[in-house]
Amino acid sequence: MSGAAPAPGAEAPALEVSHLDISYKVRGADRLAVRDVSFTIGRRDSFGLVGESGCGKSTTALAIPRYLARNGRVSAGTIRLDGEDVSRLGPEALRRLRARKVAMVYQEPGRALNPSIKVGRQVAEVFELAGVPRREAMERSGEALGRVQIPDPRRVMRSYPHQLSGGMLQRVVIAMALASQPSLLVLDEPTTALDATVEAEVLDLIASLRQELHTAILFISHNLAVIARMCDQVGVMYAGEIVEQGPAGELFGQPRHPYTVGLLRCVPARRHRKGVSRLDTIPGFLPAPGEVAAGCIFAPRCRLADQRCTVESPPMYQVSETRGSRCHYHQRAPDLPEADAATVSAGQEPDGPWTGSTTPLIAMRGVSKTFAVRNEKVRALSDIDLSLYPGETLGLVGESGSGKTTLAKVLVGLVAPDGGSALELEGRSLAPTALRRAQEQRRAMQIVFQNPDSALNRRHSVRHIIGRALTKLAGLSGRARQDRLLEIVRSVRMEERHLPLRPAQLSGGLKQRVAIARAFAGSPRVLVCDEPTSALDVSVQAAILNLLADLQGREGVTYLFISHDLGVVRYLSDRIAVLYLGRLMEHGPAETVFAGPHHPYTEALLSAVPSLDGQAGERIRLGGEIPSPANPPSGCVFHTRCPRRLASGLCESTEPPLTEVEPGHAVRCHIPLPELRRLQGKDGRAAELQGAEGR
Amino acid sequence: MGGRPLARYLLKRVALAILTLILLSIMIFLAGQVLPGNPGRAVLGPFASRSAVQALDHQLGVDRPLPVQYWSWATGLLRGNMGISYQYRAPVSSFLYPALLHSLKLAAVAFVLVVPLGVIGGVLAALRRGGAADRAISVTGLSLSTVPEFVSGIVLIVLFAIELKVLPVTANPPSGSGPLTQIRYLILPAIPLVLILFGYIARMARAGTIEALDSDYVRTATLKGLPRSLVIRRHVLRNSLLPTITVIATQTGYLIGGLVVIEDLFNYPGIGRLIFTAATDKDFPMLEAGVLVIGVVYLVATLLADILYTVLNPRVRLGGSE
Ligand SMILES: Nc1ncnc2c1ncn2[C@@H]1O[C@H](COP(=O)(O)OP(=O)(O)O)[C@@H](O)[C@H]1O
Ligand code: SF4
Ligand code: SF4
Ligand SMILES: [Mg+2]
Repeated sequence: MSGAAPAPGAEAPALEVSHLDISYKVRGADRLAVRDVSFTIGRRDSFGLVGESGCGKSTTALAIPRYLARNGRVSAGTIRLDGEDVSRLGPEALRRLRARKVAMVYQEPGRALNPSIKVGRQVAEVFELAGVPRREAMERSGEALGRVQIPDPRRVMRSYPHQLSGGMLQRVVIAMALASQPSLLVLDEPTTALDATVEAEVLDLIASLRQELHTAILFISHNLAVIARMCDQVGVMYAGEIVEQGPAGELFGQPRHPYTVGLLRCVPARRHRKGVSRLDTIPGFLPAPGEVAAGCIFAPRCRLADQRCTVESPPMYQVSETRGSRCHYHQRAPDLPEADAATVSAGQEPDGPWTGSTTPLIAMRGVSKTFAVRNEKVRALSDIDLSLYPGETLGLVGESGSGKTTLAKVLVGLVAPDGGSALELEGRSLAPTALRRAQEQRRAMQIVFQNPDSALNRRHSVRHIIGRALTKLAGLSGRARQDRLLEIVRSVRMEERHLPLRPAQLSGGLKQRVAIARAFAGSPRVLVCDEPTSALDVSVQAAILNLLADLQGREGVTYLFISHDLGVVRYLSDRIAVLYLGRLMEHGPAETVFAGPHHPYTEALLSAVPSLDGQAGERIRLGGEIPSPANPPSGCVFHTRCPRRLASGLCESTEPPLTEVEPGHAVRCHIPLPELRRLQGKDGRAAELQGAEGR
Repeated sequence: MGGRPLARYLLKRVALAILTLILLSIMIFLAGQVLPGNPGRAVLGPFASRSAVQALDHQLGVDRPLPVQYWSWATGLLRGNMGISYQYRAPVSSFLYPALLHSLKLAAVAFVLVVPLGVIGGVLAALRRGGAADRAISVTGLSLSTVPEFVSGIVLIVLFAIELKVLPVTANPPSGSGPLTQIRYLILPAIPLVLILFGYIARMARAGTIEALDSDYVRTATLKGLPRSLVIRRHVLRNSLLPTITVIATQTGYLIGGLVVIEDLFNYPGIGRLIFTAATDKDFPMLEAGVLVIGVVYLVATLLADILYTVLNPRVRLGGSE
């Protein structure tokens, strides 16, 4: 089935999974979570499993070292590691296999280490297990941590896990996994919980260690671009099955299964702009776990499906020498029609780039926020001057801890800014907290959070949640309220049958729609969206982004849109603001900020994004950790990590002002714009990078 | 960082305990003022002459203003002077201390029996989750904790002391007997307390152990290839028993309540019985001092548990860092 099958006479492949079925027992019944999965990973090869949440990636991964949940079991098929059938091993043999042949790294590095044992001891355990005496084991641990580019291994070894950052912890876990030189390393969403900048570093690390250590890799991610960057071979999973398989470049370049095609189209790409092009979506939902379909499992959501698909389950067709697709019509897959193509920009004049009204809807001047944490002053926001204009989207980006959410909360009055901060809505000043703002002002500003679970009352129905908002914010009642309720519900593409349901009965995407519907109840002027799609799968994300774009096109709402995903920000934003350690580093029209020349920090953020075409070009990496906002660096706060830092020492001593370098585009950097342009231009870049890496 | 945050935390914790104690003493003192009516009358009875009552009131100092009375009572306490018992016309402390000692002995025997039993039972149940041992331990623990002390106490007396004659009926050893004999006498009265606490401690230990077993870090340890025994010893127990410690300490509160019943049943001169008698006899100085002493015991127990938890838990000890 796989192109990586071993040549006759060669050693056994690192991993050989064939016809694997895994089921979970739920309330007495067996539910199939993984169905007829087969793939092979040759020695030193890398194989990626990609698919949306719940499609069975983790289940497959955990079956390899036989660590399924207590109610899970392999009900058919075999897993061979280095030629050895895993299911046949006794307890001692299984322990040895885990110790020597396979290692795992997973999503939450913060939870992967024992909170009450020092990091060094935990790494040393691996060596002690191999019979190395304790002293030497500690030494070897130091070396292992050095190999994953941990700057001060001694200090890290003496630390407890909670004292280290997520990126650092994930390095420790990787060091531990590689310490026994396993023949297979399983990475299950290893960078999903990390910032893009940290993710980029960890991915680089994994790629370089792979070269060094000759370990085969099974890499699991929901992120297509990450998989494209890390893997030679890819399997796309849907509802427990591998639906398409082949070499990464070919598969992403010319997908041959409608699901792969759909997934690729959901991701906002450079050519997509709100108001100009809609994102494609995959209609419908993942089948309920354990649901058995007669024909193709993807049929209910497939726009190519016909009679045959619903009765005849497609086998894995050999599309070419190296590729397989579980679709009867794999030749036609690339021509899959777009979802609701009819509505593409219908009724919306593609207004092009935002034309620029001159009177701001919201003006922030000198906004600061200082939190007192354990007798320390943490400056979460420092002297922010920023405006929002009517009908535009301002995208707010920056690593975690840069102050994005604080700014959002200050704006809607959930957090009071420091004295001296000025906030204005349509020229009228806004009180620091929502409670003291006029009802009219409160209604004008709404917020949507990343996690709809915590924002929606679990005990109330959708009807109640939205209805209450209509009463409170729009002052509606009776007939008028009912009409408006239905109108809003329809405008977020939900149906009347959803009204009596409670949040727990809804999927993540539907919950977020409820949150958006509620926010729109009072016809707000400004909607603050704090990572509204970060917890959602790409197909659901695409639908929500389309929705936000539609609502803006129709109602002229202004968005402050926060996301760590620059692709998403780019799709929706007219202007971009970049935050670092609570300071505004750059802001300007989206096109300008993305095209450059940009602030060195923006440059690093952009270059951290893995792209699907695989050619991100030269990469700029941010070394070191994000400094603590309680104790920001002197001068330019970015100087400790800046790859373009000036040799003169100016960056360390003096904080650069936020300077308008072109109309509407401001940058906080000592390097003048023409110089930035030269540095970031094609010719200057290679030479500069050498310097940056030398540090 | 280092010991700094720890020291500061402990200092804060001790200060809080002292404050609680002061508030408790004020409450007890005020309750003592509201309830009795007239102490002189209470002591001398309805037929004593008014002047005799007044004289006694003056002698007892209860005719002074409240703050003055509280101050002299509180400072007296600090000097170990707990006042004079109305009932016995003798210093309260001469009754209280021996009674406290008796009770502590009984509680100690109960704790020494129940803590290892409960913890081992709970951990065992967790390791055999869903199996017969788990069900047996959980069901036993749950049903035992619903049996009131006096019921199990009487059954135990009938069974072991009267029928089988293996243990003494009373909890009071003959005077001058050695520590082993004393413990032998205390086993029977301790058992009802053990029965009640066992299920509770086992349940906490089980929950803590299961949480640790299901954690990602135990998965990491297991997939490293560590032997199961090592995974359990090094990675599971340490994290699972930490919360159990706190839970055990809070049970001292229950234990004191249970003591009243048990001491009465076994005719054991502990503090529970002393307070009970003081309450029925309206012997307020004795009652106040008794309740205060119990408050102190409770506070000290939870304080010790907190300190232990803090010292064993690096996350609390070293403070978080972002
Ligand atoms: N312990 C479990 N009990 C029952 N169902 C489970 C369990 N773990 C996972 N599942 C189900 O198995 C399916 C696959 O889940 P998972 O392997 O976690 O997918 P992925 O890693 O691709 O997100 C999902 O339907 C999920 O709900
Ligand atoms: S087999 Fe039919 S339903 Fe399944 S993916 Fe192919 S076209 Fe769609
Ligand atoms: S001022 Fe200096 S340190 Fe700051 S961003 Fe510019 S070059 Fe980098
Ligand atoms: Mg998963």
